[in-house]
Amino acid sequence: MFKLLKYALYDIVKSRFALLYTLFMVLVAISIYQVSEDMSKVSLSLLNIMLMIVPLISAIFATTHFFNNLEFTELMLAQPVKRRDVFLSQILAVMFVLSLAIVIGFGVPMILWGADSSVLILLGIGIGLSVVFAGLAFLASVMTRDKAKAIGISLSFWIYFSLVYDGFVLYLIYSLADYPLEKPTLALVFLNPVDLGRIIMLMQLDISALMGYTGAFFQDFFGSAKGILLSSAVMFIWMILPVSAAMRVFKRKDF
Amino acid sequence: MKTLKLLFLSFFILMTVSLEAATIRVKNGQSIQKAITLAAVGDTLIIEKGTYAENEITIRKPLTLIGESYPIVDGREKGNVFLVASENVHIRGFKIINTGMSNMDDSAGIKFFDSKNCTVEDNILEETFFGLHFSNSSNLTIKNNRLSSHAEREYQTGNGIHLWKCRDSFIQGNTVSGHRDGIYLEFVTNTVSTGNMIEANKRYGLHFMFSHDNSYIRNTFRKNGAGVAVMYTRNVLMKENIFEESEGASSYGILLKDITDSEVVGNIFRNNTIGIYMEGCSRSTFKSNSFTHNGWAIKLMASCDQNTFEENNFIANTFDISTNGNVVLNTLQHNYWDKYEGYDLDKNRTGDIPYRPISLFSVIVEKIPAAVILWRSFLVTLLDRMEKVLPSITPENMIDNSPKMRPYDIRTANT
Repeated sequence: MFKLLKYALYDIVKSRFALLYTLFMVLVAISIYQVSEDMSKVSLSLLNIMLMIVPLISAIFATTHFFNNLEFTELMLAQPVKRRDVFLSQILAVMFVLSLAIVIGFGVPMILWGADSSVLILLGIGIGLSVVFAGLAFLASVMTRDKAKAIGISLSFWIYFSLVYDGFVLYLIYSLADYPLEKPTLALVFLNPVDLGRIIMLMQLDISALMGYTGAFFQDFFGSAKGILLSSAVMFIWMILPVSAAMRVFKRKDF
Repeated sequence: MKTLKLLFLSFFILMTVSLEAATIRVKNGQSIQKAITLAAVGDTLIIEKGTYAENEITIRKPLTLIGESYPIVDGREKGNVFLVASENVHIRGFKIINTGMSNMDDSAGIKFFDSKNCTVEDNILEETFFGLHFSNSSNLTIKNNRLSSHAEREYQTGNGIHLWKCRDSFIQGNTVSGHRDGIYLEFVTNTVSTGNMIEANKRYGLHFMFSHDNSYIRNTFRKNGAGVAVMYTRNVLMKENIFEESEGASSYGILLKDITDSEVVGNIFRNNTIGIYMEGCSRSTFKSNSFTHNGWAIKLMASCDQNTFEENNFIANTFDISTNGNVVLNTLQHNYWDKYEGYDLDKNRTGDIPYRPISLFSVIVEKIPAAVILWRSFLVTLLDRMEKVLPSITPENMIDNSPKMRPYDIRTANT
C-alpha cells in the first residue's frame, strides 16, 4: 500500500502539475495580500479563490490523473494486491498533493504577512473542498470509460455545487418568502459542501453579526459548540462519501 | 433723620452682602434639607464627606451646593433625591444613589422644574431611575456628570439625561451608561451637546423629537440597544460624532425619521448593522462621513428627498446603500466607494464611469432577509455583475456620477 502510494506520488510530482498549481496559489495569495491591507478583506478574497478555483482544479486534475494512470492501475490490478489498496493509493496521492499545494501556496504568504484563526479555518476549508471534489472526480471517473465524459461529469458536479444549487436555494427562498426560513436554509446549507465551507468561513468574520436577524441566527448556530461539531461532522461526511462510493464501484468494475 | 436713614440703608446693604457671601457647612449626620431651608438666597452650602440618607430634598431659592469629596446622598429607593424649582441653583460634586423606581412620578437623581440658569456639574449618579431630569427650564449647564445604571431590562430604568421643553442649554462631557435612553430631548431648542460618552444604554443612545436648532458635536454613541434614533426635527447639526457597534436586526448607528434641513458632517459610522436608516428626511446634507465595516452603510427609504451625500468614504461595508423603491430623489456625488471598479483616464482623481452603489443582491435581501445565506456565493456575484452591466431591477437613479478614486482623509478630533 505504501509502496503504491509512493509511486503514485512520484508520478504526480513528475508531471509538474503540482508545482505549477502551488506556484499559482502563491502568486494569487501574494497579489491579494499586496492589494488590500485590511485582514478581513484579505480573508474574503482568499475565500472566493477557495470556493471557486480550488474545487474546479481539484475536479479536473483528479479526473485527468485517474485516466493518465489508468494503464498503471490496470497493471497493478493484475498483481496480487488488493483493489482497495490500488484505489486508495491513487486517490490519497491526489488529495495529498492538492492539500499540500494549498497549504504551501496560501500558507507561506500567510506566514509572511500574518494570519489569524480565521485564515487557518480558511486553509481547512480549502483542504476539505479539495478532498470532496477529488472524491467526486474519482467517482465520475470510475462511472465511465471515456476520459472526456468523465471530465464532463466532474465539471457538472462543480457547476452544480457552486452555481445551480445556489440558484435552486434562491428560488426556494424566493417562493417561500412568507414563511420563517432560517432553519430550512440551514438544512439546505448542509447539503452542499461549497455552501457549507462558505458559511463556516463567513461566520468566522465578525461581519456576520452585522447582517441583521438571519445573520445573527446563523452566527448563533455556527458559533456554538454544537454548531461547530455538526458542521465539521457534515463536512467530514462530504469528504468520505464520494470516495467510498467511488471505491465500491471500482472494486466491482470490469476493466 | 436723613443720616439715620442712610446709616440704616448702608447697614442693610452690608447685611445682604454678607448674606450673599454666607457659606454654610453641613457635616455628616446633619440634614441637607434642613440646611437648605435655613439658608438664605444665594448662600453656598458645602456638604462634607459622608452618607446622607435623604430624599425629596427640595430647593426653591438660588443656592450653590458643593459636595466635598463626593458625599453620598442615598435616596433609599424612595422618590426623587433632589427637587429644584428656582433660578441660579448650582449642584456640584455629589454622589447620588438609589432613587425610587417609578414611572408615575419619573423618580430622578436630580429633577428640575421651571428653572433657569442652573448648573449640574461633576456629579456621580448610580442606580438612579432617571438620572438628571429637567422640565420647562432654560439656560442649563450639564457638565462632566457620570451616570450609570445596572438595570437588566428596559422598563426597569429611565433616561440618563432627560430634557423636556427646555432651551438654550449646554450638555458637555457626561458619561451615561445602562439607562433606557442616554440623552433624551423632547421639545428642546437651541441646545448644544458635546463630548458626551453614551454607552450600553438599553434603548437609544440619543433620542430626540421636536427638538429644533440643536447641535451634537464630538459625542460617542457605542453599543446602545437600538443605537440612536431621532425624529420630527429640523435644523440639526451633527458633527464629528462616533456611532459604533450598534448590532442587531433593529439596531441603527442612527435612525433619522422626518429630519429636515439638517447637516451630518464628519461623523464616523463603524461596525453597525445599519449605519444610517433614513425615512421621510429631506433637504439634509451628509458630508465627509466615514462608513466602515457596516452591514448596510445607508438604508435610504424612497420617502426621502432632496438629500445630498457628498465626499463620504464607504469602506468595507457589506452593502453600501439599499432602498425600498425605484424612486430616488436624492443626490450622490464625489463619494469614495471601495467597491468601485472604474478607471480614471484623465487623471483628475474622479472615476470616468459612474458608480451604482445598490447591488441586485441588496435588493433581494431587502425583500427576503433569509436570502443573506447566499451572500458571497458565486451565483450572487454573477447576478450582481450582470445587473451592473444591464441594470434592470436596481433603481436607475441611485448613482454617483463622480466617484473618487482615493478615499478622503477623514479625521475627526474625536478618535
